[in-house]
Amino acid sequence: MQAKGIVFKYGDNVDTDVIIPARYLNSSDPAELAKHCMEDIDKDFINKVQKGDIIVADKNFGCGSSREHAPLAIKAAGVSCVIAETFARIFYRNAINIGLPIIECPEASKGIESGDEVEIDFDSGVIYNRTKGTQFQGQAFPSFMQKIIAAEGLINYINQQN
Amino acid sequence: MAMTMTQKILAAAAGLEEVKAGQLIEANLDLVLGNDITSPVAIHEMEKFKKEGVFDKDKIALVLDHFVPNKDIKSAEHCKCVREFACQNSISNFFDVGEMGIEHALLPEKGLVVAGDVVIGADSHTCTYGALGAFSTGVGSTDMAAGMATGKAWFKVPSAIKFILTGKPSKWVSGKDVILHIIGMIGVDGALYKSMEFTGPGVANLSMDDRFTIANMAIEAGGKNGIFPVDDKTIAYIKGHSTKEFKVYEADEDAEYDEVYTIDLSQLKPTVSFPHLPENTKTIDECGGVAIDQVVIGSCTNGRIEDLRVAASILERFPVKKGIRCIVIPATQKIYLRAIEEGLVQTFIKAGAVVSTPTCGPCLGGYMGILAEGERCVSTTNRNFVGRMGHITSEVYLASPAVAAASAVTGKISGPEELGL
Repeated sequence: MQAKGIVFKYGDNVDTDVIIPARYLNSSDPAELAKHCMEDIDKDFINKVQKGDIIVADKNFGCGSSREHAPLAIKAAGVSCVIAETFARIFYRNAINIGLPIIECPEASKGIESGDEVEIDFDSGVIYNRTKGTQFQGQAFPSFMQKIIAAEGLINYINQQN
Repeated sequence: MAMTMTQKILAAAAGLEEVKAGQLIEANLDLVLGNDITSPVAIHEMEKFKKEGVFDKDKIALVLDHFVPNKDIKSAEHCKCVREFACQNSISNFFDVGEMGIEHALLPEKGLVVAGDVVIGADSHTCTYGALGAFSTGVGSTDMAAGMATGKAWFKVPSAIKFILTGKPSKWVSGKDVILHIIGMIGVDGALYKSMEFTGPGVANLSMDDRFTIANMAIEAGGKNGIFPVDDKTIAYIKGHSTKEFKVYEADEDAEYDEVYTIDLSQLKPTVSFPHLPENTKTIDECGGVAIDQVVIGSCTNGRIEDLRVAASILERFPVKKGIRCIVIPATQKIYLRAIEEGLVQTFIKAGAVVSTPTCGPCLGGYMGILAEGERCVSTTNRNFVGRMGHITSEVYLASPAVAAASAVTGKISGPEELGL
């Protein structure tokens, strides 16, 4: 499994309120949520993001509310992977459960800037910054996580297992 | 091997003799919780399951509390979805308008959580029940769906940070000031993935409402759970609210902790978190009289009866300053009724505040007190992120009910002592 795209870079403590503000939580439709993804931190994000693009952030990405709408909005916006120094724990669980690839890699988070073109190999965990010609070793994605992502979420994966 | 309190509860729920930090376990759940924002997503996921129905209709709690009474058509559709699901599955603990309260105040009050329980909830402040000596943690909607279907959840056993509390807090210092002080000290990711275990002789000087407030905001330090030892006050609370059997777990004396902090409660001052992170704390004497537009007293953090009593003790002597909107929200119907019986509601209204039916509304910028561009609010809620309560340039200052009430009187961030109290 691989991902390739242009990077949108953010700082520390990107919370779920800026990823998807609660004023839009009267909907649970991923496509509707995606229209407002990152709105309160980066108004242009949704106009610029292309399918496959990558979000890179510093520490504690996804802190705050447990809303699964946050990774759903990011995924529906077309983002193929989120790389961060660390993730808040509920966001981490939610992202895996809905099939949004995420990687913790402090070196990559420091060595990648907005606009860089980045390629990720989930089998090996290698993150390649094509713009700068640099490479980082993230954690390889365990096969069960790759299967959850391929199945588009935990529930489908559980159904497949049974 | 020595275990923390959290590890002992998780070991028992997983049917294991012992567990250690980092171990992956599957635990049996005593309760699965959801609200009107998170449950519709979970219900949609449940529909994908090949297995039909829920694991136990008595061990699921569905509480409509965020956007009710329905704030708009879309919210009404969400509530309808949850209502129909609850009806189809004969969910015994479904709380609709008229019975509902803010979930984390409601569940302990209804006796649905007791010491030793393992609880997951699709709401980040599910960690509140640690005040009762239970393991409880927030999850997302998919985990909630899997929990409702199977009665189980997987966990990575957390390591822990120990907070030894000593001394007695001074008059205007509450549980809110304790937890804001701790978050200011360790940061919003200071307890990431970890348990926060509160212990020490100072615990005896904290009321149950103080403990609920402290455990409630463990998530604001990134914690997986916050937990208190079970003492006479806890047992009295549980027996007063529940007929469920409870089990008391204690941390081993030689349990390992990643860090240990000692906090003398008598040294703490009223504390305020400045925008836009809960870790940006200042003591009240450092706040510099920031002018405000609104005050909110309520939420799962501070909408309990003691919170309302403290606020009323200030507002019965001083009115809300003209031009300041002061919104008081009792967290449950029972608290609301008690506040009426004790004359607190009358005090608030006479002082110029408004009193709302229970709702999470303003805390997350839903409704019932949204801020305009550049407006500032002192709030007893739990988050002050960018845009949390309204416009992205608005500002939320987190504080205790005492500071919030005093600020409503002066129109700027103030402690009760500024009023000569």
